[in-house]
Amino acid sequence: MPKDSGIGASPKRREDNRFLTGTGNYTDDINLRGQAYVHFLRSDMAHGRITSIDTSAAAAMPGVVQIFTGADFEGVGGIPCGWQITDKHGEVMQEPAHPVLAQGKVRYVGDAIAAVVAETAEQARDAAEAIELDLEELPAVVDMKAALQEGSAKVHDDLTSNLCYDWGFVEENKPAVEEAFAKAAHVTTLELVNNRLIANPMEPRVAVGDFNRATGDSTLYTTSQNPHVIRLLMGAFVLGIPEHKLRVIAPDVGGGFGTKIFHYAEEAFCTFAAKALNRAVKWTSSRSEAFITDAHGRDHVTTIQLALDGDNNFTALRTDTHANMGAYLSTFAPSVPTWLHGTLMAGNYKTPLIYVNVKAVFTNTVPVDAYRGAGRPEATFQLERVIDKAARELGVDPIALRRQNFITEFPYATPVAVEYDTGDYHATMDKLEEIADLKGFAARRAASEAEGKVRGLGVNCYIEACGIAPSNLVGQLGARAGLYESATVRVNATGGLVVMTGSHSHGQGHETSFPQVIAEMIGIDESMVEIVHGDTANTPMGMGTYGSRSLAVGGSAMVRATEKIIAKAKKIAAHLMEAAEADIELKDGAFSVAGTDKSVAWGDVTLAAYVPHNYPLEDIEPGLEETAFYDPANFTYPSGAYACEVELDPDTGKVSIARFAAADDFGNIVNPMIVDGQVHGGIGQGIGQALLEAAVYDDDGQLLSASYMDYAMPRADDLPFYQVDHSCQTPCTHNPLGVKGCGEAGAIGSPPAVVNAVVDALQSMGREVTHVDMPLSPSRVWQAMQG
Amino acid sequence: MTKVTMTVNGKAASGEAEGRTLLSSFLREELGLTGTHVGCDTSQCGACVVHVDGVAVKSCTMLAVEAEGAEVATIEGQAAADGTLNTIQQAFQDHHGLQCGFCTPGMVMSAAALLKDNPKPSEQEVRDYLEGNLCRCTGYHNIVKAIMAASGQDVSAIAAE
Repeated sequence: MPKDSGIGASPKRREDNRFLTGTGNYTDDINLRGQAYVHFLRSDMAHGRITSIDTSAAAAMPGVVQIFTGADFEGVGGIPCGWQITDKHGEVMQEPAHPVLAQGKVRYVGDAIAAVVAETAEQARDAAEAIELDLEELPAVVDMKAALQEGSAKVHDDLTSNLCYDWGFVEENKPAVEEAFAKAAHVTTLELVNNRLIANPMEPRVAVGDFNRATGDSTLYTTSQNPHVIRLLMGAFVLGIPEHKLRVIAPDVGGGFGTKIFHYAEEAFCTFAAKALNRAVKWTSSRSEAFITDAHGRDHVTTIQLALDGDNNFTALRTDTHANMGAYLSTFAPSVPTWLHGTLMAGNYKTPLIYVNVKAVFTNTVPVDAYRGAGRPEATFQLERVIDKAARELGVDPIALRRQNFITEFPYATPVAVEYDTGDYHATMDKLEEIADLKGFAARRAASEAEGKVRGLGVNCYIEACGIAPSNLVGQLGARAGLYESATVRVNATGGLVVMTGSHSHGQGHETSFPQVIAEMIGIDESMVEIVHGDTANTPMGMGTYGSRSLAVGGSAMVRATEKIIAKAKKIAAHLMEAAEADIELKDGAFSVAGTDKSVAWGDVTLAAYVPHNYPLEDIEPGLEETAFYDPANFTYPSGAYACEVELDPDTGKVSIARFAAADDFGNIVNPMIVDGQVHGGIGQGIGQALLEAAVYDDDGQLLSASYMDYAMPRADDLPFYQVDHSCQTPCTHNPLGVKGCGEAGAIGSPPAVVNAVVDALQSMGREVTHVDMPLSPSRVWQAMQG
Repeated sequence: MTKVTMTVNGKAASGEAEGRTLLSSFLREELGLTGTHVGCDTSQCGACVVHVDGVAVKSCTMLAVEAEGAEVATIEGQAAADGTLNTIQQAFQDHHGLQCGFCTPGMVMSAAALLKDNPKPSEQEVRDYLEGNLCRCTGYHNIVKAIMAASGQDVSAIAAE
């Protein structure tokens, strides 16, 4: 019987009431008295030198308050990068300056040159068109490999080249890996592209800066996944505002998917200008602006090689990747192709020797950073594609080859520096075979053939690593941040609780699922627990929501704080019942004395804490409020197996997803309904990457796919119903809830399943096709069919 | 500036609009009805769908002055006065048809228009109809399921969970 409350139940989401009635409070819904509006004049050239800017005519336009250029930001800090990579020679990465408004040069189409603040948004836009700007065009650096050639134009004149870093991992493994390849019975090589994507949360970014001259306090309302991170980065590194004079509020946020993690120049501008002008300043991104300013994702070009012995055991793996950084280093960009990618290259397999090389490259394109999965989809795609190719070369069943090489004993230390605590990869594969009805594939293939369609089956596994930690380790790896999470639990006098979390909900349903945990711990109704998030003024310092970390890290902090609450409440209860503290039990919202019929209700204890008349004041303080910071001992490692069946139209090359199944192991589950939704959404984005989406630049650095007319977002009629299952559960061993995280799995696990299926279909037609790069557009698939 | 008057969610409403003011901007900024969202500038995303004289329109493709005298329905007018959700809204909640909520107003308004014309749509008809409404969170699974459930169809057999 499914539970109807607490951990494991699926109560209806409480946030839905406001979202379904149009009463949510998104950043663009916020309008402050007397606010002005900013419009950014952006470069339409990928690479150019600013030879002159004349704002005099524009400044005289109706409604213009002030026009800012790079000159106004001399002496102001630049946008910081939060992760420093040390390369294979022991050198730190090249890290260019990243000004709020361009200084001297523009480096991508979309780079902000000037900011016009006016009484209305329309007046600001009109005036921006009247700015007289001269740009001297410079050669655009677009292709990553060409960017590293001797004599290439440089994105940053003060760097030695366009190479950000050349990372080797694990460098000491390299000779042994080479030797294993020399001895291999079979080597499979695959060259592939992980296509550049744009996250496209449906809510475009918005920033509203405000300043209170009476107190000297600045406030920023912004579309962020992590308001505390923005406060620290912007306050300490850009504007020089200490945290106690700066408040950052991320109210309802309409999706993030990674691209709302980062600190953006527009946030700093609005906060800066509000103080300079002593009035609120608002920026609302248009979708067209979002395409050329939101950090992009993926964009890796890789060669991967898998070595096998004569019994088809994996003996070694090596990869060589070029990763695009774009024109500047976005907040966490350097970590994505390195620590979030190299550490995942073992996947679900006991390959003993692995070497990963990554060259990160500056180009005249929008900065690239984390997008749902961030490094882990890139690792999974390469690995699961090369295994599929190896199986076909060797003439063995791709599932059997995977099973033969599965890791089966835990904990398992990989050769790429991480230790998996738990997992059962045969169990998820067994479950997948069942829910996807793989036995029925042959009959479905025949049925498709009878209708003139070509059916293919693709299967793959994945490993994810969530809740990146612990802080002292990631510090050694170059993180300029801690990766703990926080929670303050405030119990009110009449027994209700407010939980203030440093994580942030922008679709994940924390306001519903977090109370399920607390309510179960205390034995009270979920309606007695309220979640507060998104405002630095009333939540403890926390790192926010990304990397599927909120429940595993933020939930753990909440559990720890609640444990402190319960411990103190037991002391109070012991006093009230004149019993020994050790004998107090908490069950169903009441404290009792073991072996007796004495009990006091939760509400009696909370009231005593705030009206401490009969209270051990000499031993404990009044009140009932506790904070915990939780720094995990390790990542968590969700895993799973996915299957996709496609149908190809042989006349057009169009690929349709006929069936899609996902068997995931997320450890313990708090809210199955929400978990299903997270997996559905991830799969939708993964299929989008595989079939439809691509951010395409031309040789001059113009983004060709810069609107929904050109960037193919998955629509309802592109996607099927998904078969999802998360009944395989190997709980995480090192967090109190035993949870692993589910936010990114779908986006990590699904692209290789789709491509494996299409290659299977093409080979079933007798085509000697071993790979087609994503997106698998009709033209690419049709071309492959002709081969 | 021109004075524009219309009926919004059954009540008379008027405000000032420039010739270029879009209906979406007028609703959001002049009338304070911020439930109608703007997610793109090419009329692709559908977050701004409202009903004008009973027909679903993307309010970013219509000028405010064109709606002079019209009956406009927005997401704010869909629930009962006491807050009780209508059938479609309730189905979206029951079937987890929304996550971040940004596309949701447009989805609900489009679904209402679909069910008015086609009270028992097939899965494919729902998917085809939603061609003009983008969602980035749900993979559409639970949106399609919710709309079919709102039409009174049994959705319990739809792919696992």
